[in-house]
Amino acid sequence: MSDLLHLLGLPFMQRALLAAVFTGLAAPAVGTYLVQRRLALMGDGIGHVAVTGVALGLLTGASPTWTAVVVAVLGATVIEVIRERGHANGDVALALLFYGGLAGGVLITGLAGQSGARLQQYLFGAITTISVADVWLTMILAAVVIVICVGLAPQLFAVAQDQEFARVAGLNVRVYNLLVAVLAAVSVTVAMRTVGLLLVSALMVVPVATAQQVTRTFRTTLTAAMAIGTAASLGGLVLSAYASFHARVAPGPTIVLLALAGFMVTWPLGVFLRSRQRLRAPFPAVQPEGHEVTDEHPHEHGPTCGHVAVPHGDHVDYVHDGHRHAPHGTHYDEH
Amino acid sequence: MSTTVIDLENGAVAINGRPILRHIDLQVDAGQFVALMGANGSGKSTLVRALTGLHPLASGSLSLFGTPIDSFHDWRRIGFVPQRSGAAGGVPASVWEIVAAGRLTRRRLMRPLGRHDRAAIASALEVVGLGDRAGDSVSALSGGQQQRVLIARALAGEPDLFFLDEPTAGVDLPNQQVLADTLRTLSVRGATIVLVAHELGPMAPLIDRAVVMRDGRVAYDGRPLTDAEVHQPGFGEHPVDPAVAAHLAEGHTHHHPQPSRHDHAPHVVSPLDTPDPRPSEES
Repeated sequence: MSDLLHLLGLPFMQRALLAAVFTGLAAPAVGTYLVQRRLALMGDGIGHVAVTGVALGLLTGASPTWTAVVVAVLGATVIEVIRERGHANGDVALALLFYGGLAGGVLITGLAGQSGARLQQYLFGAITTISVADVWLTMILAAVVIVICVGLAPQLFAVAQDQEFARVAGLNVRVYNLLVAVLAAVSVTVAMRTVGLLLVSALMVVPVATAQQVTRTFRTTLTAAMAIGTAASLGGLVLSAYASFHARVAPGPTIVLLALAGFMVTWPLGVFLRSRQRLRAPFPAVQPEGHEVTDEHPHEHGPTCGHVAVPHGDHVDYVHDGHRHAPHGTHYDEH
Repeated sequence: MSTTVIDLENGAVAINGRPILRHIDLQVDAGQFVALMGANGSGKSTLVRALTGLHPLASGSLSLFGTPIDSFHDWRRIGFVPQRSGAAGGVPASVWEIVAAGRLTRRRLMRPLGRHDRAAIASALEVVGLGDRAGDSVSALSGGQQQRVLIARALAGEPDLFFLDEPTAGVDLPNQQVLADTLRTLSVRGATIVLVAHELGPMAPLIDRAVVMRDGRVAYDGRPLTDAEVHQPGFGEHPVDPAVAAHLAEGHTHHHPQPSRHDHAPHVVSPLDTPDPRPSEES
């Protein structure tokens, strides 16, 4: 244990922890808007395009983080334009862009004379090798993403919820759509060092999917997703640091698998909550025809009888073997 | 009360170069309750979308509250209730959150909701009778209740001109009655209402004026018509306008929309092509 504490106190680990916190907050914040628009895989697409950006950085000697930001923003803008034109098969066009980005990246890395291992740092993350300058860049970009995602939440929510209404409300829908695409691109590059370009979408989508198992409002989904994302990225990092005394454990995949484990735990809970809500939804307030008394009724319905109580107009029906029993004086009516 | 709120002169709308609406003249005075009627595909929804600026005019001129649409920025005066397209998105949202979006016309960037905003949202929810469901997820509501949420969203912005696109489509009779009561409240308050409807149902007594569309042109504009007059020839007692007679001669004009043809060859050769003309019509 003291080994672990010592490890956590090392400068490279502290930088990694900082990067993990900011990434864990920013990625699910954008991810919530992407999931709301049913664009859950957009982050993945941008991640593929950003590979070319990283490779361009390796080729030209510029900072791969910066070239990745530029190329990812360009890619996100193209994806958004294609999406806005709304072709029914736009997803196929997007796929072309994704694979173009990935193949281009691998090709250019080879041209630059760099090994696959160098590129792999960006594909699967290498949070423990992150430099001081990169930590600053990660923190600043992530802070910008978080401030915009939270501060403009009412506008971004309205645009994602109903574009036509938002336009008639005087919002510049195109600008907001583009803003979300650019934010997604920025958070992809922010998360690149943490979980890697190929796993980045997981950190954007999985916390949101986990949160919405139990939430009913947009705001709680956004907040919970950010909390879950932070917990997963910090937890995954510490877990992999702890495990590193026994085996080679990469932080990126650990973070993603931890987030997925969280989803697997929450999912049955969400299924249970939804089915309970469905069973307890009030019956339509329609009075039954006639007055039909139940057969011999051996026990008394009440809060502790174990039968589901469902509101029905001004009273409560108890669901009993597929029947609806409504208390009426000393007997029960069939409703 | 004779200020002209909507003034469309010789308006035409083309979608991807294909003329949809032609030669539309429509003046609506403040406080009027206008029903836009007609068969599916007649262009009534397209007309509403043109009036709200969602479709640009190919020719003609449109003014709202006396301001040409191009320089019109007073969106807080307009409440739009689009056709219900499943109010639920990919992330859960509460009834209150959806209705709160209606205040955006009056909010500045990065500012929290004020007391007046919250009061307006609460009163909008009361008017549509969903005050007790504010915290519920919209996906837990019935179709008719979701439609009422969309109306409350428009109400929350406290506009004085309402556009409602088929609010009663697929809504059961009790919910239609609640919608009609809501619209009566708005109308009494002095709001101008433009309602797209295939059938009026419980709304019929509220209408001041009916505009019947046929194949992208105005076929009738005048006193309210019953559903029967619009959809069946020679049913009404009163002699009808010749234009209506021509319209009615076609008999029951309720067409169901053709599903758009979709072949499964991936259209990847030109991903930037404009989409197939989908005249956003009544579904």
